[in-house]
Amino acid sequence: MMGKKTLTFMLMDAPFENARTTTALRLIDIAARRGYDINVFAYEGAVYLPLAAQARHANAVHGTDAAEEDHPLPREWVAAVMQEAARNGGKLDWVNCGLCVDERGANEAIAGVRRGSPADFWKMAGASDNVLVIPTR
Amino acid sequence: MKVLNIVETAYRATLEEQDDPVVWILHAMKGAGADHSVVLSGNAVNYAVMAQGVPPLMFGDKVQKHAPHIAEQVAGLIAKGVQVMVVRECLAARGIDEEELMDGLALVKQAALPKVMNGYDQVWHW
Repeated sequence: MMGKKTLTFMLMDAPFENARTTTALRLIDIAARRGYDINVFAYEGAVYLPLAAQARHANAVHGTDAAEEDHPLPREWVAAVMQEAARNGGKLDWVNCGLCVDERGANEAIAGVRRGSPADFWKMAGASDNVLVIPTR
Repeated sequence: MKVLNIVETAYRATLEEQDDPVVWILHAMKGAGADHSVVLSGNAVNYAVMAQGVPPLMFGDKVQKHAPHIAEQVAGLIAKGVQVMVVRECLAARGIDEEELMDGLALVKQAALPKVMNGYDQVWHW
């Protein structure tokens, strides 16, 4: 019987620097669409992914104003996958590593993000069907 | 000051930035008067391939409508007078034929790179 899956992702990369974050969020989005329960432990620079202060800007090289540019904001992507999970009967528990937040001053996260520690990741991993670690390279 | 930019890391944050950040900053610096050239090596040789596309990006209900057009960005540098070179061996290793590339590029052999570098005041490796 195919029961409801629980998946845990460990993310480590800061936004806007490589493709790994986008790939991770694509995988999380698929899991959300399937109604899985998803845990994300954001470690090191990944705590910036749900930073509430992320803002759009104009882009002179593209010749666009802020509205036309519609610059991607990972905080919106995180919120979108949280909503998608809830819509499909699952949940996305996003935990920002507290010490990583402190050393970066990245305290202001979007709603639904909570502060935690590596112990949370350990517990999440133990309670999951599978775990995917996507570290910084 | 003449600067040679060797771009080797490819598709770095291109979906989040809606462009390649290195190609973007080369455009911006060119606008500020920079005199620079580009060598595409490693996986970045694919930036010279015209027939590349990006599938739609969507998370939940959030849709990103402006996919990056990397080849157009590189072609834009050429149009602004930036010399763009591509390492021949890196193309061959990835099975990319010359016919797949945009116009205006110069193909350079790996062994010729030291001589190319000597023509610049600085070399920046991205």
